[in-house]
Amino acid sequence: MSKKQIIEAVNLKIGYNDTSKEKVVHQGLNFQLNLGELTCLLGANGAGKSTLLRTLSAAQPRLDGKLSLDGKPINEYSERERSKLIGVVLTDKIFAGGLTVYELVSLGRQPHTGFFGRLSKKDNEIIKQAIKSVGIEHKSESYVAELSDGERQKAMIAKALVQESPLIILDEPTAFLDVVSRIEIMQLLHKIASEHNRAILLSTHDIDQALVLADKLWLLTKGQGIICGTTEDIILQHKMENLFPNSNIKFDYDHGVYYPTVHGDKKLALYASDKTLLHWCLNALNRIGYSCKILQSTDEPCNHEIILHAESSCILHLQLKEESLTLSNFEELISTLS
Amino acid sequence: MRSKGKIYGAVLGVITAILFVANLLFGSIDIPINEALNILIGGEASRESWRFIILESRLPQAITALLCGAALACSGLLLQTSFNNPLAGPSILGIDSGASLGVAIIILLGGGVISTQTLSISGFFAVIIGATLGASLIMAVILFLSTMIKSNIMLLIAGIMIGYITSSIISLLNFFATAEGVHSYTIWGLGNFGGVSMEQLPLFSLLIFIGIFIAILLIKPLNAMLLGNRYAENLGVNIKRTRNLLLLATGILTAATTAFCGPVAFIGLAVPHIARLLLGTSNHNQLLPITLICGSVVALLCNLLCTIPGSSGILPLNAITPIFGAPVIIYVIVNQRKIQYFN
Repeated sequence: MSKKQIIEAVNLKIGYNDTSKEKVVHQGLNFQLNLGELTCLLGANGAGKSTLLRTLSAAQPRLDGKLSLDGKPINEYSERERSKLIGVVLTDKIFAGGLTVYELVSLGRQPHTGFFGRLSKKDNEIIKQAIKSVGIEHKSESYVAELSDGERQKAMIAKALVQESPLIILDEPTAFLDVVSRIEIMQLLHKIASEHNRAILLSTHDIDQALVLADKLWLLTKGQGIICGTTEDIILQHKMENLFPNSNIKFDYDHGVYYPTVHGDKKLALYASDKTLLHWCLNALNRIGYSCKILQSTDEPCNHEIILHAESSCILHLQLKEESLTLSNFEELISTLS
Repeated sequence: MRSKGKIYGAVLGVITAILFVANLLFGSIDIPINEALNILIGGEASRESWRFIILESRLPQAITALLCGAALACSGLLLQTSFNNPLAGPSILGIDSGASLGVAIIILLGGGVISTQTLSISGFFAVIIGATLGASLIMAVILFLSTMIKSNIMLLIAGIMIGYITSSIISLLNFFATAEGVHSYTIWGLGNFGGVSMEQLPLFSLLIFIGIFIAILLIKPLNAMLLGNRYAENLGVNIKRTRNLLLLATGILTAATTAFCGPVAFIGLAVPHIARLLLGTSNHNQLLPITLICGSVVALLCNLLCTIPGSSGILPLNAITPIFGAPVIIYVIVNQRKIQYFN
């Protein structure tokens, strides 16, 4: 089933045009966004994520190329028309502490209401529904100033939701949030994308959450421009390494996380009885500077001087040259090896 | 929340009416209350001078106070919302000193014509135009600076500096002006709601109504601007046009009041806070009307207090308004962590 496309960019050039001098951030970008999908934009600091998001939300003009919103060039819409097609959630400070959550969310109806912003019965219905679907009904009459960061972010998402725009763009919606709120917000956004059939694009540094919940990934890098694809395709085609090309980290394909590159000149052969144990043995050994060769069985031959057989988290057999030790926890293991 | 607005509106409306009548009954000249009431309902006065004082002096003065208070409070609210800064106000940002400069140029260089009351019609227009140009100029400078200065506190300080610059230009003008001009300028600078004559009142009212009318048209974008400009833009607000209209409304309101009544301090800064604290909301649908009425109440009250010395004279308005305004601002600053609209 093919999904309806809301944003299409062909050979897009983005950047700034200050005092007739053009500062190009990216060029030759090609991508599209579909309804019903959650897309996560990943990239290092300074890769141009915010510039791209601002261009897509028409807060700054594109420099060149084609950028169409719902089949029409984005700059041909009036502000008012555009406000019904794109909703944003930004990292900007807001000054609405003196409004109730309900009043804040109702501001999202402005593109649909009349001259004085009077809310109709239908508007009120939509607002109530949105507050409920982000899970903060109990805070509906509270002041925005009294919300936690996570609740405030949910209120802003509800504001974008009542705009009833097919596209919602969020700039780092999970920054500054604790892990529970992060997961809640990402799940909420995924649910909104699929249940309300919206296209949701968000930038984030929260890669593990993105890999779990994003339908599509966009990797933005200074050198290679944008790489787009379905999350699992991006990972399994080993494209995640492109994200931070010049740094000392590598992507762990088993766990979907980035690891610091191990510069271990010390070598060790490792066998662990289960996957969890193997993971944490590697974690500890890499940290103290060992590069490890992983053995598939206890009797696999190897010519390493140091061999670790981890039977369980409290039985660690360590063979150190001629010596043979059994250690009962990682603290002992680490102090022996370092 | 909506009903709260209506209740406060009604209560404040009654207070305004009472204060308005009190302003007509009490003044520096002692007129018996039954005589004064008799004059007000159109009856015969036992002394012709009393009739004149009430209808030609106290009545325009009370109307002026009513309108000025609303106008200053309104321009304060517009500035606070558009700069997203609760401590902004026409006097802090130097806008009324811009209007003062315009007036100073007209009064001092115009050969020392005494006050707006005695000006010819052309001189009278000249003062208004001077004040409007001065206020708009400073407003434009502040708007320009606000694109470069991101910190709100720094912007306020820049506004205060601009106020100093205009004050020193005014001092220089004073130095070269005639003694008569300097005297009338100094009197004007003390602030006085009695500066508008019955003949000038229609034009003065018209200007105030235009300014307030523009402000009412801006209620919806003002609410969106509580989220900051980028959110407002995303909600379909044309920021540039809204800012220009805000500039126009604030310019007209500040200029009209400053030209006629002198640079009245603190009403613009403090009244929006009183209104927000009363209502407990930043929603302009209710905040703007309540701010307008509160402004009138405070101005009428201050005007009444100016007449306390009775027959020995009238207190300068600017000696009274800070006694009301400054404690409000200090209260707000001290309690800012507890006050929702600060967070």
